[in-house]
Amino acid sequence: MNLLKFFTAGSVDDGKSTLIGRLLYDTDSILADQLEALQQSNRKNDDGSIDLAILTDGLRAEREQGITIDVAYKYFQTEKRKFIIADTPGHIQYTRNMITGASTAKLAIILVDARNGVIEQTIRHSYLVSLLGIEHVVVCLNKMDMVDYSEEVFNTITDRYKTLATDLSLKDVTFIPISALKGDNVVNESEHMPWYKGQSLLHFLENVDVETGPDYNLARMPVQWVVRPQTDELHDYRGYAGRVLSGSFNVNDKVTVLPSGTSSVIERIEIFDQTPSEVHAGQSVTLHLKDNIDISRGDVLVNSDHLPQSSQLIEADVCWMDTRPLDEHITYLLQHNSKVTKCKVREIIHKVDINTLEKQEAYDFKLNDIGRIVIKTADALAFDFYTDNKANGAAILIDSRTNLTVAALMFRAVAD
Amino acid sequence: MSKYNLDYLDELEAEAIHILREVAGQFEKPALLFSGGKDSITLVRLAEKAFRPGKFPFPLVHIDTGHNFEETITYRDKMIERIGEKLIVGSVQDSIDQGKVVEQKGKNASRNSLQTVTLLDTIAANGFDACIGGARRDEEKARAKERIFSVRDEFGQWDPKRQRPELWNIYNGKIHKGENVRVFPISNWTELDVWNYIRRENIELPSIYFAHERDVITRNGQLMAASPFLNMDEDDIVEHKKVRFRTVGDMSCTAAVESDADQLDDIIAEISESKISERGARMDDKVSEAAMEDRKKGGYF
Repeated sequence: MNLLKFFTAGSVDDGKSTLIGRLLYDTDSILADQLEALQQSNRKNDDGSIDLAILTDGLRAEREQGITIDVAYKYFQTEKRKFIIADTPGHIQYTRNMITGASTAKLAIILVDARNGVIEQTIRHSYLVSLLGIEHVVVCLNKMDMVDYSEEVFNTITDRYKTLATDLSLKDVTFIPISALKGDNVVNESEHMPWYKGQSLLHFLENVDVETGPDYNLARMPVQWVVRPQTDELHDYRGYAGRVLSGSFNVNDKVTVLPSGTSSVIERIEIFDQTPSEVHAGQSVTLHLKDNIDISRGDVLVNSDHLPQSSQLIEADVCWMDTRPLDEHITYLLQHNSKVTKCKVREIIHKVDINTLEKQEAYDFKLNDIGRIVIKTADALAFDFYTDNKANGAAILIDSRTNLTVAALMFRAVAD
Repeated sequence: MSKYNLDYLDELEAEAIHILREVAGQFEKPALLFSGGKDSITLVRLAEKAFRPGKFPFPLVHIDTGHNFEETITYRDKMIERIGEKLIVGSVQDSIDQGKVVEQKGKNASRNSLQTVTLLDTIAANGFDACIGGARRDEEKARAKERIFSVRDEFGQWDPKRQRPELWNIYNGKIHKGENVRVFPISNWTELDVWNYIRRENIELPSIYFAHERDVITRNGQLMAASPFLNMDEDDIVEHKKVRFRTVGDMSCTAAVESDADQLDDIIAEISESKISERGARMDDKVSEAAMEDRKKGGYF
């Protein structure tokens, strides 16, 4: 059985929390004591039924204000798959929290209120999905019960969204008409929409293909830790421990260590007491090389025939995540997987109005601003473009005055 | 070429190992908080997978309330001997003797809340900058919101409104002097995932997790182990029952469930069927809807 992480974009008004509550409730994932707490709560729907939205509000401030502020993670499973939901806030002032939840997701659910159709918020959420390169998108047209389960309404909104999806280069988009409140097409297929021939949301989530084939070209493993027992029996043991970031490694593969550029051959692969002949993206492993070369944390091992980009000047999309605006005069720390180096912002190319998708000239970057910049790093980075290899194409900026994570970076090009 | 597919337990394991190695790489003086419960026992197994045949780059730290199940302490000492790693014990009794905390009174007295002070003192005395814990997001709704690297200020406090964005699998462990980070490698595991992993890895557990005969009393609808640590009076009726524990905490605040499950397979079957969440058996969570959020803000695990 495998695991699918997805996130939900939308606001409480679109019925986002109700949808998640419905998925958990109808898959029998809510335990009796949680249900009891729910039933005792004062918040009820107009018809007196349980308000499923309460299930996802974790913090006192969220319960008080009836909004989602931070990402909450929820877990459920069916016989086919295990799921992790990142329940992310939809309001513009919490854009950074949405990006946090979305960054590790393979699938996005975009909620559209069938009464309102594609609105500014839908455009903003879809833009973020496109920016972060989420592989699969499900557009749920919610509250179909409030538009008489109308096929015409569904088609009109779907057509409008398809134009948007083309503009944003979203690839795999699926449309599902639902009512989270009534349960139509969430877990069980709806009796109210015989015109809809597709799967319910849960069936889609269970069946969507999220596996990838082995890809030796993209073999990259950042070294996190060097295992050196230095005991009498294991005097010469030197293992490079890390998680395969992307691609696959085989025993006998020729690998290059970056940034030094030294090459060697994989002699042995270990996963604790096992010695597999090949390993793939996502696995935490220990590699042994034939030659004794200088490798430490922050270095990355890659396939020698397919080297990543190497540059100190990089053009990147940026989401600003701190209340202190971007400052071109100070030196930030850039963290790219296990590598940390100093970094300055060389140039602001443009800012994007995320409600209209217009590119604007910009002189400053504030909380939740998104756009493109050029950075200069102290050490050259061994990276891939985010579009080609998400795992090796992203980094964060840290403000060394506060130690806060202040920006998310997605590498797009080598700058001059 | 055929597609490959990581099984969910392999994926969760690989994520946890990655996090443990990030702790080793990013911090000067990390520690692994060991309670003797199944989650921290799982962490020890994951640390073996992350660092063997090398030594752990951190000691284990046990905050001993003095009200532990004897079986937990026996297990702890045996395990430490097996893995050959360092154990540091912070004692709540010492904190009481030093007058830093005052023992609670009354029928529902427990040392659970006192251990926060001992924990913070132990962190300060040893200069730990990162503490690895076995908390999971499925346990409780405040935990569902917490980051994997969760920064605490110099008073040990968690500020849910000022959490750092945590992007992709990049963990920012930068802190100022005096602050520390709580790290939760099994954040994304569920209770059932932990049990399935324990079965797959053939991990030994303290005997109280398995059904056994014990004297119990019923308190607020929950079965509590009869012990000198529980303030009992003439209203309490001691009964002899076959029970097991789902979590391991203090004897004074951990409730048992009636059960015949004395094998792992039976326990997993019981949990799969069960309709009560794990923390439903913890008196400390019953105080209010925000009980965990408040304790975490105060420096709790």
